Amino acid sequence: MGVAAVLDAVAGFCLLGGALLSLAAGVGLLRFPDLLSRMHAATKPQVLGLLLILTGTAIRIGTVVDITTLVLVGVFQLITAPVAAHMVGRAAYRAGLVRRELLLTDELAAARGREP
Amino acid sequence: MAGTRDRLVAVAALTVVWMLLWGSFSWLTLFGGLLVSVLVLAVFPLPRVTFAGRLRPVGLLRFAVRFVVDLWVASFQLAWTALAGRRAPRSAVLALRLAVRSDLNLTMCAEAVSLVPGSLIVDLDRAAGVLYVHVFDVAGPADVARFRREVRGIERRIIGAVGSDAEIAVVEIAAAQIGDEGGSR
Repeated sequence: MGVAAVLDAVAGFCLLGGALLSLAAGVGLLRFPDLLSRMHAATKPQVLGLLLILTGTAIRIGTVVDITTLVLVGVFQLITAPVAAHMVGRAAYRAGLVRRELLLTDELAAARGREP
Repeated sequence: MAGTRDRLVAVAALTVVWMLLWGSFSWLTLFGGLLVSVLVLAVFPLPRVTFAGRLRPVGLLRFAVRFVVDLWVASFQLAWTALAGRRAPRSAVLALRLAVRSDLNLTMCAEAVSLVPGSLIVDLDRAAGVLYVHVFDVAGPADVARFRREVRGIERRIIGAVGSDAEIAVVEIAAAQIGDEGGSR
């Protein structure tokens, strides 16, 4: 088996794995019980899925000009996905859209209760 | 001067992004990037983020490897819960006090914590250096304690990667104190 075949196999694994993780993220978005849980699905499997797809694409394309762009996409995804999830989560918490019966403890409510 | 150094770091980072966007190294992209970075920073000045430490290659590598491993583990756990979970997973909102309160450390810990072990930042108290974290799939107090240890580990690795000597000392002292408490209970 030549190097090209191995690279193709790795790229195929990355693309398929990334697609499956993104699918799982989508299923999680539908199945998880409340907004905060759903944001978990929207950050982790989705970010890793995208990174895998970018890696697979980079192996398949193999030109420096395009790979640098893919690197930037990955880096900005890593930086922005947590921020986006945080903004949505924070807004939901402050708007009272948290299902409290699902929470084991809520130390933020205690801290906010102490503030005037 | 610290401000000058921060600005130089920002210009260098923006220039790298610019050159990655063009995808080639040439004098034109280098000087074009420098020009655009200076213009961007002049027109949209950033709030002051003081970077007091320095980059430590060993610490950075340790953080990066652990981060990638954690990202895989967290992703597959969540994917599994999403596909196979039968019950509604329980969660918790925890307050986590960081040992080092600098804005940079707060930001980097918040980013790393949201991406890795089943957690999401709901709110943070910048003055006190407290992160309020939503932890997914918590079964009981044992999970809560484990999660607190994990976040402390993340902060320790981040400070080990980019912190100053003073910050490393603060983190180590905090870790030692917590270790003592754990032992006496």
